[in-house]
Amino acid sequence: MSDQVDHRRRRLLTAATAGTGAIGMAFAAWPFLASWEPSARAKALGAPVSVDASKLEVGQSLKVAWRGQPVYVVRRPKTAIEQLGGHNDLLADPNSNNSLQPAYIKAKGDARALNPEFWVGLAVCTHLGCSPLGAFEPSNPTQLVGTDLGQGWPGGFYCPCHGSKFDISGRVFKSMPAPKNLTVPSYTLTGDALITIGVDAAAKTA
Amino acid sequence: MAAAPDSTDTGKPGGLIGWIDQRFPLTQLWKTQVAEYYAPKNFNFWYYFGVLATVILANQLVTGIYLTMSYKPSSAEAFSSVEYIMRDVDWGWLIRYMHSTGASAFFIAIYLHMFRSLLYGSHRKPRELLWIFGCVIFVLLMAEAFLGYVLPWGNMSYWGAQVIVSLFGSLPVIGGALVEWIRGDYVIADATLNRFFALHVAAVPLALVFLVIAHLMALHEVGSNNPDGIEIKNLKDSQGHPLDGIPFHPYYTVKDTMGIAAFLVVFCGVIFFAPAFGGLFLESPNFEPANPLQTPPHIAPVWYFTPYYAMLRAVPSLAGTQVWGVLVMGSAIVVLFFLPWLDRSPVKSIRYRGPIYKLALAIFSVSFIILGVCGLKPPTGIYPLLAKICTALYFAFFLLMPWYTRIDSVKPVPERVTGHA
Repeated sequence: MSDQVDHRRRRLLTAATAGTGAIGMAFAAWPFLASWEPSARAKALGAPVSVDASKLEVGQSLKVAWRGQPVYVVRRPKTAIEQLGGHNDLLADPNSNNSLQPAYIKAKGDARALNPEFWVGLAVCTHLGCSPLGAFEPSNPTQLVGTDLGQGWPGGFYCPCHGSKFDISGRVFKSMPAPKNLTVPSYTLTGDALITIGVDAAAKTA
Repeated sequence: MAAAPDSTDTGKPGGLIGWIDQRFPLTQLWKTQVAEYYAPKNFNFWYYFGVLATVILANQLVTGIYLTMSYKPSSAEAFSSVEYIMRDVDWGWLIRYMHSTGASAFFIAIYLHMFRSLLYGSHRKPRELLWIFGCVIFVLLMAEAFLGYVLPWGNMSYWGAQVIVSLFGSLPVIGGALVEWIRGDYVIADATLNRFFALHVAAVPLALVFLVIAHLMALHEVGSNNPDGIEIKNLKDSQGHPLDGIPFHPYYTVKDTMGIAAFLVVFCGVIFFAPAFGGLFLESPNFEPANPLQTPPHIAPVWYFTPYYAMLRAVPSLAGTQVWGVLVMGSAIVVLFFLPWLDRSPVKSIRYRGPIYKLALAIFSVSFIILGVCGLKPPTGIYPLLAKICTALYFAFFLLMPWYTRIDSVKPVPERVTGHA
């Protein structure tokens, strides 16, 4: 009896040991995988940023860094704001239903801005994260060197990496590599032109 | 004096070699892997690129180790430490150019090495696993090249990393969290550079070296294919050696040494006279430091990625996501793994295949080159359309292969290898 090997029992014990070991390995892998998450220091650096946009000339833009990402602030000419609804049938998502922005920005319709004169949005293409260039002059097909934006260009943004075009509210045109409109971050407007990026606008400022 | 019990009558070497052989299979390895490894006697020009890739791997390992001695993997210091290597470190420019030119040379060698397989059917049974090891090496090599490209922390490094890492963000549900996990920050940042450095100098090279060893072990197990695509092991002489085989050493060590010498002439020519190679090997936007607020006006990856990059751009977004382009690009690599089973021709070598395969291979090769050109050009004008057509042709070559290789005519395959005997 004692020199008989119970193979069934031995296989079961071997499998149980291996199984326990595998579970242990999975737990041991966790700290290594989790060490790739943004560190406490990286998380702490996401503070809000304030911009006084009143110093911008009409038709000019500036880029500020928020959480290390470039954010566009564009002072739009009146003519550009007035023709915003005119090309909605050329856009992939004119009402920004599939795009990222706070609800109070979506409620502003074609302008996508708390104050229609100042458009604020991430200068990060929704395709693969390049930074789109501003090409704000309407009907000027060749304002970016080497790039034909086509006749009837309403003014907006052009991503140099893969050719996505956006209007001046950051809404993407149809059949472009970018699937969504440019993202609008949460921001607060104090007065007409003091913009604080990274802080949600209270309902009363809308 | 007691007689030595062995070493005289067994035919085994004595002395130091004998001492080692009793403790480690040195002579046995030398004989089985080199001196008595019988390779087909009809190898031609296309059979240089395997050994050249190995030489380049050694070059990358040695120059890479020396670069780490002066390079600083932090976003604050990386760019200036590369300038320091170029300007202040004695011979630093040479070591860096050997490494950067080696990266491009590696891909030239690997692409031609893979094309050789398409010519002579080297991926066919019984070499499927050998081919799969090779494909894994190819994937790792692309990862290694991408990671290394980020390290100089120039503006193209930065935005290239941004684009490639964002590819993972297009995956549904997990995309956003996955990208954050890869970057270790909300943008490409110091944490990203630091971990890419660790992967580039330790993790991926280790895996590459192990896989190259596995690739060679698989090759020496099944034996080399040859331009006639016939198995030399089927016909053996009285001693059991293949009739059409010759020992790897000295025959192919001598032939390969000549090939390596010719390669080094060209390689050194590029290093000394055209290290940037007109912006193809080193891109000019990378001569300015990374700027998170300013994308270079035209982003193009280094030339060896451009065929796949063109495929990525060729696919428009659909249903509110651009994951399709990423899937197409990924599939273009994955389909390679299935090549041994897609090819249904009764013969291996193009020498005995019919016109359909020759035409298909020609169209595929031209499409691949056009895709490479499209990936370098801005996505305007004729290029997006060309890229779409060539992407379709690339996939047609693989996915229609089970049909066109079966209906293709074939010529009779000889029993013995051809050529100067």
